[in-house]
Amino acid sequence: MLYMTKSDYEKILAHCKEGLPNESCGLIGGVREGDKKYIRKVYLLTNIDASNEHFSMAPREQLAAVKDMRANGYELLGNFHSHPESPSRPSEEDKRLAYDSKVNYLILSLMEIDNPVLKAFNIDEEKNVTIEELVIES
Amino acid sequence: MTVTIAGKKKEIAEKTTIAQIIVSENVENPDYVTVTVNDEFVDSDAFATTELKDGDTVEFLYFMGGGSF
Repeated sequence: MLYMTKSDYEKILAHCKEGLPNESCGLIGGVREGDKKYIRKVYLLTNIDASNEHFSMAPREQLAAVKDMRANGYELLGNFHSHPESPSRPSEEDKRLAYDSKVNYLILSLMEIDNPVLKAFNIDEEKNVTIEELVIES
Repeated sequence: MTVTIAGKKKEIAEKTTIAQIIVSENVENPDYVTVTVNDEFVDSDAFATTELKDGDTVEFLYFMGGGSF
């Protein structure tokens, strides 16, 4: 189970809305306690593809985020990206490019701009997808 | 010699290469990992020939990307 504060959810939502019409992306860092994962910090990264159908995280920003996580005692819990015009589910490209089975993949659908949908997924090495329960705490 | 790999200090032999570290660290999907040494990105073609030095800091980063369709 993955826990996120409402404040972090709103940061992700604002970042993704500001990035429209393109996809937006970022990383999430936090701590694990048993099978529970608590997001402690959200990193808003640049989509260097600047596309509404693709994203690639800026490598230097990715490195800076990972170093910041280490400095704060966090670990990389996952990443997020937006789907401006499609549902919150991993696309074939998302699955193909999911190389780290230890992290969660969060997708924010903005296809209904007034009804954003954020879901978290696991993608294993065989590209099987399962939903990770996401709890947004106020 | 001592190096820091993914945030943890480790003792490794002199002349250990990045390619050897990728194996010893059991890096998942090694063909898709990006490596930095002291914050500098190392070309994957140079993994087998780049030897680490005492005090080096190594990070593994996965390419993170995708698409809507």
